[in-house]
Amino acid sequence: MVAIPSRHKSLVLLAGVILLQVLLLAVQIKRDSQGRLIRVWTVGAVSPFQRAGASGIGGIRGIWNHYFALQNASRENERLRSENDTLKLQINQLQSRAAEADRLARLLNFRQAHQNVPMLGARVIGTSADTQSQTVYLDRGERDGIKRNMGVITPDGVVGKVIEAYSNTSQVLLLSDKDSGVGAMISESRIQSPVGGVGEPLLSMKYVPNDDEVNLGQHVVTSGMDRIFPRDLPVGTVSQIKAGNPFKQIRIRPSANLERLEEVIVLLSLQPLDLKKDAGTPAAEATPSGKDTATPPKAEKP
Amino acid sequence: MNETYDLRIGESHIEVHKFRGGAIFVATAVALLLQASVPVYLSKFSVLDLPLLLTIYFGLSRRNPSTGLLLGMTIGLLQDSLSGPTVPLGLYGIAKTIIGYLASSIGARLDTEHPIARFALTMVFFCVHQAVILVTRRILLAQPDPLFTLRLVISAGVNAIIGVFLFMALDKLRKN
Repeated sequence: MVAIPSRHKSLVLLAGVILLQVLLLAVQIKRDSQGRLIRVWTVGAVSPFQRAGASGIGGIRGIWNHYFALQNASRENERLRSENDTLKLQINQLQSRAAEADRLARLLNFRQAHQNVPMLGARVIGTSADTQSQTVYLDRGERDGIKRNMGVITPDGVVGKVIEAYSNTSQVLLLSDKDSGVGAMISESRIQSPVGGVGEPLLSMKYVPNDDEVNLGQHVVTSGMDRIFPRDLPVGTVSQIKAGNPFKQIRIRPSANLERLEEVIVLLSLQPLDLKKDAGTPAAEATPSGKDTATPPKAEKP
Repeated sequence: MNETYDLRIGESHIEVHKFRGGAIFVATAVALLLQASVPVYLSKFSVLDLPLLLTIYFGLSRRNPSTGLLLGMTIGLLQDSLSGPTVPLGLYGIAKTIIGYLASSIGARLDTEHPIARFALTMVFFCVHQAVILVTRRILLAQPDPLFTLRLVISAGVNAIIGVFLFMALDKLRKN
């Protein structure tokens, strides 16, 4: 037998081992076998550790995600809250602008419907410091043609009258003030009676005899008798009726939202106006001066 | 049992290292387990070839070509069997057998304890390992793959860097 030199033993071993593995490869290719048995053993030996590892990693991930990563979640939460607050603010601003646009559109429509009546849009800029009186300040004054006793309305109805006109502002006494009053009548029955404030949200219709029939929900409009407001402007609706002595105690819910006034219309005339008539008639019939709506009319005391 | 002894080749004295009982087995099992598990959670980990690094390390340390090639074959075949049916048994086996042999042979002639030497040798062995696999695929399995790719270079560098630190850690398993 040929003795293999000791320094070549490892080379022979290498050649033998490689040859063996090449044969193993060849067998797999030839038989289309994948050495399934060896794989089953190996995988079977390793898989419990892999399963345990996966379970451990899952646990570590869970701890990480639920505890340590919460720091990021907290930061993100703060960021989202901040973003949410900003968006809420933007939504409020947009809603406010949309509401303002709606109000202005209604004012514009009202003006266009009564183009021949001199009137001026004004913005409510303040209210009285006195909690007992119901007055507001407008951003228009004498320079814009506003004078005392001019009527103030909204497209919804009567608001009040100007009680003081300054150069750039004016003060309006609201219909709900206890010193305020407007000549009114019930639209359906034409029963006339002044309506005034009592310092509360609801107005009071005075001097309606108990014999006269008044029903809830009936509309109250201006009568034009006060020579401030034209006839048939909405004042409110009957909301409470009680028998009194000698007159009924009738409460009117104002048509105009007197508690949330933002834009109003000042009727720039101290002469009786007829809005319905003016809507379709020449300006001369409505305004003695016949001037444009932007132009202040002549000052004439009623 | 003798822990370390001198292998005299010419004038140089090269230490041959022994390891704690079961250290090679445990290290190999852990490496195979990590190689088969970690890429599931960390895909970049697949760049590393831990079984190859162990083959190189134990080959360089034991400095016995027969032991080195047998260890390489065992590790390679186990890696094959864990790699799924797309990798036939023997592909990594042949490559790691050769690497085990070469590492042991070189380790018996050179001092491979220095990190720079380890880095360079690991890079070279990694490239040889890939070349053997490529040739095996091409000749025996008729699966031609590109020889030189950027990924090969990056992988070789990464494995060499990791290998330097891994070898330092594995040095702790040596018997004093």
